[in-house]
Amino acid sequence: MHNEHIEEHFSSRNVAEMPSDYYMVAIEDYPKDGWGKFKRAAKRAVKGELFVGLWVVMREMIRFDIHTVQYPAEKMPIGPRYRAVHEMKRLWESDTERCIGCGLCEKICISNCIRIDTRIDENSRKEVSEYSINLGRCIFCGYCAEVCPELAITHGGEYENASDQREHFLTFQDMLTPLDTMKAGAQREFEGFGAITPHEDERVKKTPLAY
Amino acid sequence: MEIAYFIETIIKIVVILLIFSALAGIGTYFERKVLAFMQRRLGPVNVGPFGLLQVAADGIKLFTKEDIIPTSVVGRIFKIAPVITAATAFMAAAAIPFLPSFTIFGYEVHPIVADINIGILYILGIMGVGLYGPLLGGMASANKFSLLSAARGAAVFISYEVITGLSILAPIMMVGSLSLIDFNQYQSGGITSWIVWSQPVAFILFWIAAFAETGRTPFHLIANDHEIIDGFGTEYSGMRWGLFFIGEYANMFFISFVISIIFLGGYGDGSFLGALGLLGKVAFFFFFFLWTRAAWPDVRPDQLMWLCWKVLMPIAVINIVITGIVMM
Repeated sequence: MHNEHIEEHFSSRNVAEMPSDYYMVAIEDYPKDGWGKFKRAAKRAVKGELFVGLWVVMREMIRFDIHTVQYPAEKMPIGPRYRAVHEMKRLWESDTERCIGCGLCEKICISNCIRIDTRIDENSRKEVSEYSINLGRCIFCGYCAEVCPELAITHGGEYENASDQREHFLTFQDMLTPLDTMKAGAQREFEGFGAITPHEDERVKKTPLAY
Repeated sequence: MEIAYFIETIIKIVVILLIFSALAGIGTYFERKVLAFMQRRLGPVNVGPFGLLQVAADGIKLFTKEDIIPTSVVGRIFKIAPVITAATAFMAAAAIPFLPSFTIFGYEVHPIVADINIGILYILGIMGVGLYGPLLGGMASANKFSLLSAARGAAVFISYEVITGLSILAPIMMVGSLSLIDFNQYQSGGITSWIVWSQPVAFILFWIAAFAETGRTPFHLIANDHEIIDGFGTEYSGMRWGLFFIGEYANMFFISFVISIIFLGGYGDGSFLGALGLLGKVAFFFFFFLWTRAAWPDVRPDQLMWLCWKVLMPIAVINIVITGIVMM
């Protein structure tokens, strides 16, 4: 969705579907006697394979098709399903946070890095009062995003999370989509675990009225 | 006259020492750049223009690094081993004519420290002594990988000294002298008089042996990173390791000079063009060391011994016999 190249790359990962590109390599039998070994050594000596190798690297040097990504200055596009630092999404309709404070992410977290606390606010609604993720403990398994019933906590593409200490905490406000991003309609949906698959509307079964 | 000769020799020694120490550093820059380009990378780019100052950064790092002597090593031998490698590499340079003689301020300069009449013998002998650097360093390191490397180094050096000596014997028979200047004069009649045309087999053999003598890639098993870490250099740090490094690169340059002078006409008739030609040939041989490192895999130690004793040595002996018969 975000990057056509990556979409295409991910869509054809099944090698069984492209059998024409694969073939068996013909390997000669190993020589059994001294004469056979001599013939093999002589053949290899005059075959010029060493010069093929020399030519290949020289060709690449002349062609000068450099593939280096000069990292801090240049960055590779990252896959939409990449599981990096978490994000908290807002509702498209009302711009309020999606999180309902159910605590499923805290419950399922296998490295116990999520801590959530809730209270009843003045409108008698459940509200998240404390929320933190310890990135030093998080193993980025994606269970929290998968279990979230509201698609509220997801993974983002921010992978530069170096820290000066092992315990590196993210709070709810750090992860929440900023309001101006929301106003600009620039919130990006996560396409990984737990996300709605494309064309979900067409595939969902309508509840019969008699039910 | 004696004093003038003394001063001239000292100056020549200092110049050679400085130039080739610096070239060893710049050689690492070119090695990294060439290898990078051949592997579609960029190599050093961040320090200075085109990464040229990376050499200075590495040098500062090497000089200022802590000199660690591990507790269980044999201290004195451990300390002296890198010096042997670097010193023998530069000592071998004494008998190499780097350029044709030229006149500066009315004073004729011969760019060779000592034109001794056994030049090649001296160079081969000193390069053979260079074996003691890796050998003693590896044995004194109290590290099994260093020990393996020392054993391999001894085997490779001794085996390929045979190839070097035998392959060079045929050109020596033709020239009738061991001085590299005499070799150069023998081939001063232009490209057609180069020894490589009459001794192509000896040329190839000597070139192959040069890779073993300098421990470069097809025969890099003395310090093969993926098998025995850095071999004899594993326990070394800072400038002691740097001396091994300078020795290796200086050796590459000097062996390039030796091949160019013995087989490819050296500086020819001694003109300016001839001098440029010698530098060009040396540059090609140095580049070839880097080129093969990008292109070729390493051989196993047993394959190296097989190649030496069962293939190269018989060919060298046959080459000498045929040369002798033709000369009779």
